[in-house]
Amino acid sequence: MDGNAAPRGRSLHRFANPGRFMRLSGAVLPWAAALGFAVSAVGLVWGLGFAPRDWQQGDTVRIMYVHVPAAWMAMGGYLGLAIASLMSLVWRHPLADIAATSIAPVGAVFTAICLVTGSLWGKPMWGTWWVWDARLTSVLVLFFLYLGHIALTSAFDEPERAARPAAILALIGAVTLPIIKFSVDWWNTLHQPASVTRFDAPAVHVDILWPLLIAGLGFLFAFAAIVLLRMRTAILERRARALMLARAAETRAPEVVPA
Amino acid sequence: MSEFLAMGGHAAFVWPSYAVAVGALVALAAVSLRQWRAAKAEVARLEALGPRRRGGGGA
Amino acid sequence: MSRKKRRLWILLLCGLGLGTATALTLTAFEDSLVFFFSPSDLAAKPMPPDRPFRVGGLVEAGSVSRSTNAEGRMETAFLVTDGTRSLRVTYTGILPDLFREGQGVVAEGRLRPDGSFAASTVLARHDETYMPPEVADALKRAGHWQPGQPPPPAALWNTLTAPATN
Repeated sequence: MDGNAAPRGRSLHRFANPGRFMRLSGAVLPWAAALGFAVSAVGLVWGLGFAPRDWQQGDTVRIMYVHVPAAWMAMGGYLGLAIASLMSLVWRHPLADIAATSIAPVGAVFTAICLVTGSLWGKPMWGTWWVWDARLTSVLVLFFLYLGHIALTSAFDEPERAARPAAILALIGAVTLPIIKFSVDWWNTLHQPASVTRFDAPAVHVDILWPLLIAGLGFLFAFAAIVLLRMRTAILERRARALMLARAAETRAPEVVPA
Repeated sequence: MSEFLAMGGHAAFVWPSYAVAVGALVALAAVSLRQWRAAKAEVARLEALGPRRRGGGGA
Repeated sequence: MSRKKRRLWILLLCGLGLGTATALTLTAFEDSLVFFFSPSDLAAKPMPPDRPFRVGGLVEAGSVSRSTNAEGRMETAFLVTDGTRSLRVTYTGILPDLFREGQGVVAEGRLRPDGSFAASTVLARHDETYMPPEVADALKRAGHWQPGQPPPPAALWNTLTAPATN
């Protein structure tokens, strides 16, 4: 049924038909999508219309409800990309490649949202759209790493051949993750230090923190749903390629078809 | 209502932030869904074309 | 699977090497990664005159004086402090919304011969506290937060229910 008849090696079957993943993801996807939509909507509407103003930022604090969850997804997504790349390099599992290729564009979109909304917050609050401080620059580098990964994987006609260079790029790029996280502690930056993920109590009042965490959870579900959908698409695309190659081989030399 | 829309004078920054975030995510979801439908149709087409794909082999 | 294990080890070693190289590079370039210097940094490592740089800290409480110059532009003078040392900064132009006494600030410009700092740009630096204005007022009324000083520790207020108007 699920094409695992050939247990190892690069059999086309195993490659093109990870049936178990398709069944599982097909069951999870509608839930992830529905939760991603509903929970994000609750978090954003709460943040936009019902959360209090901030004592110093006024209403611009509401930008945080999209900016911070997008930043979490940008970094969490890259962590996922790096883990998938490690699994791809060590275990050569095709699903790990597919996961990496599917995460990259989604992570890039969330990083772009983070950068644009941060800029829209910076202009009224800091007095500038952009500065080259360590936090902003390292997040921009993360964005380019995502773009580099997308460019690299789409430069190859056969996705299988892109897997290894793309995985190496993703793993090298992972050094930016601790740099982004700790840039605000290691160096003087214009960007403020962490408010939520710190060792002592969050420096965010609960009335502001709850909608933020809910928006974050909603973004996480949305991220997962889109990545699952893209992985399923990539699997079907590989199956289509395998079918086309098999047909081409059959029509060219029907007598050589094995077994 | 108009007070809500004005966002304390920062409407020009708050609303575009939400528009960018929601717009980008909806666009990404729509593109991903379209690619999924295209891939599904392509596999269905190829499977309908070639009954000799698996098991039976040649002849 | 020894081959898989070996690949894992090679990758771990590569990661270690890459991490070390990155850490060394970042340490070497520390001065250019720093977005601004504090007044104490400048006392320890003075900047040559006429070289543009950024200085950052808090706007010292009670130090802000505003005037209008001959061309009708607003001139502001204030002290930027890091708690130990402070530096006199002057700036002509419109300040960002968040600029106030006790607020974090980053000024871009150069030193004058008299040792004060002529800023060409002033950016407000937001601190990491987020609270409703009612909570901030309550803290100030209760005497937990002196005006012009940084806010009290977060555990004191992040679950405070605000509108106790007394």
